[in-house]
Amino acid sequence: MCGATQLWELEMGRYLTTMRLFWSNAFGVLLEYQFNFLIEFFAMLASLIGSIFILSLFFVEGQSLGGWSWEAALVVQGFYTLLDGVTNTWLRPNLGAIVNYVREGTLDFVLLKPIDSQFWVSVRTLAPTGIPEIALGIVLILWAASKAGAEFSFGVLFVTSMMLLVSCIILYSLWFLIAATTIWFVKTWNATEVLRALLAAGRFPVVAYPPILRIIFTVLLPIAFLTTVPAEVILGQSATYTLLLGWLLALIAFFLSRIFWNFALSFYTSASS
Amino acid sequence: MVIEVQGLSKTYRIADKEPGLLGTFNHFFNRKTYDLKAVNEVSFVIKQGEIVGFLGANGAGKTTTLKMLCGLIYPSAGFISVAGYLPQRRQVPFLKQITLVMGQKQQLIWDLPPLDSLMVNAAVYGIREPEARNRITELADMLEIGEELTRPVRKLSLGQRMKAELLAALLHRPTVLFLDEPTLGLDVNAQAKVRSFLAEYNRRTGATILLTSHYMTDITTLCSRVLLIHQGQLFHDGGLDALTERLSPYRQVRLELNKLASKSDFLGYGKLESLNGRSVCLLVERKNLTSIVSRLLSNFDIFDFEVTDPPIDELIGSLFQKGTL
Repeated sequence: MCGATQLWELEMGRYLTTMRLFWSNAFGVLLEYQFNFLIEFFAMLASLIGSIFILSLFFVEGQSLGGWSWEAALVVQGFYTLLDGVTNTWLRPNLGAIVNYVREGTLDFVLLKPIDSQFWVSVRTLAPTGIPEIALGIVLILWAASKAGAEFSFGVLFVTSMMLLVSCIILYSLWFLIAATTIWFVKTWNATEVLRALLAAGRFPVVAYPPILRIIFTVLLPIAFLTTVPAEVILGQSATYTLLLGWLLALIAFFLSRIFWNFALSFYTSASS
Repeated sequence: MVIEVQGLSKTYRIADKEPGLLGTFNHFFNRKTYDLKAVNEVSFVIKQGEIVGFLGANGAGKTTTLKMLCGLIYPSAGFISVAGYLPQRRQVPFLKQITLVMGQKQQLIWDLPPLDSLMVNAAVYGIREPEARNRITELADMLEIGEELTRPVRKLSLGQRMKAELLAALLHRPTVLFLDEPTLGLDVNAQAKVRSFLAEYNRRTGATILLTSHYMTDITTLCSRVLLIHQGQLFHDGGLDALTERLSPYRQVRLELNKLASKSDFLGYGKLESLNGRSVCLLVERKNLTSIVSRLLSNFDIFDFEVTDPPIDELIGSLFQKGTL
């Protein structure tokens, strides 16, 4: 038993060291080109200004949205902004690069390493472009929630963080499922863009949509769990079963992504030399 | 046996598309495919510590076979065992024992010095930092590479880059090396250095090496045994000499005469390949070699003579061109 624990700790250490080196290298690559770094920095600023502009459209009039007060709807917008930042920082740079690995045949190197290939392709790099959006999202969530009368007890903040984790896992799994189809179709950029457009629906509480879309966004594409549910949690409006359902969905989505990746790899033919 | 392959086959399904818009519609609605046997019933065994050359024209099935041996591609039929493992399962102990170097692909991060990529590899293989640094120093000495390890990869020459790639591929001390054209595009000196490094690595560690190369010098210098794959099938498994004998039943006899001679003088001595003044080159069947050489020595005033095999690369080249013997 002790041996198994030690082995597990060693394995965890190996994965954590690898991830730390991946990210320090990503930072190294970013700083390697000073001029490009400046451009990245301005792109980051531009993206922040863009996000603030979109938010400002909400400030026009304090109307309610599908029964949600304007402030409460703004919390949903805050979660959307945060997840958009996570997408730009983590998902897009990593999962978007799977196409290149497959096209150039460098996925071979990944598959020959004694490390989980899904882990490798999922955390290989980080892009700082989305970090201001993440910060903006957090500020917006806290500000709008307090305006909406939320109480920030430790329990509420903890459960909110957990639900944010759920939304990140669901978003990652959906994105990864599409990215894994690269093994067959090689080019799947358009598919991920369609997904991104669909996720934009998460800007608003699901109750703001017609009933049919509401069902689709809750059951088929769990967009409700990405933004609306975490917002409900911080506003103290969520039922326990929703939280459990969220976790269940996240676990199912994650395991589906793993099964699908391994299934896809059995079709991998590697690029010709 | 470190590597055991029995009846290995790989079939690819290839889509056949006619050109033009009509062809595109037909391709979309009524896709025609055919099966292409890239590797067909190949069997061989390789012992520990052997360096084996893997020869074949482009598209002969070399890379497909190598990738099946690494576990990157699933075989359509047959059995493979590498270091006691089934490669397609890609188990961790198996992956820790093998490496694949591809001359035309790189694993090093383009914008960072090789050392950064090496440290990632060390972490992935669970090698602690002090041990990793020791290994890097040892391999860097053998490869004669030093300050290049702290220069961005994009600033390195092709030769330096290949040395760094080899270092990255060998950091975990693999016992089975699959090398797919490791000297591709390198200049003569860099090729020679890579060759001497591989020979030294094999001597020091007893690693088994399967090597493909289009440069015959790589094969003749390193490999005592070659596998020649032709149109997906194993054409030859054995020494280079035996291959030469199989590909050409002739030997070249070069004579330097003291007196001028004419073509008619050499009738009955084999096939006259060239006659330039006093220099003569004859192709003589191996079975008649002794008797013909003794007749030549007694019938001609010879200043110098030499018996050689025709160059192996020419022989293999003509096999690839003809497509058959």
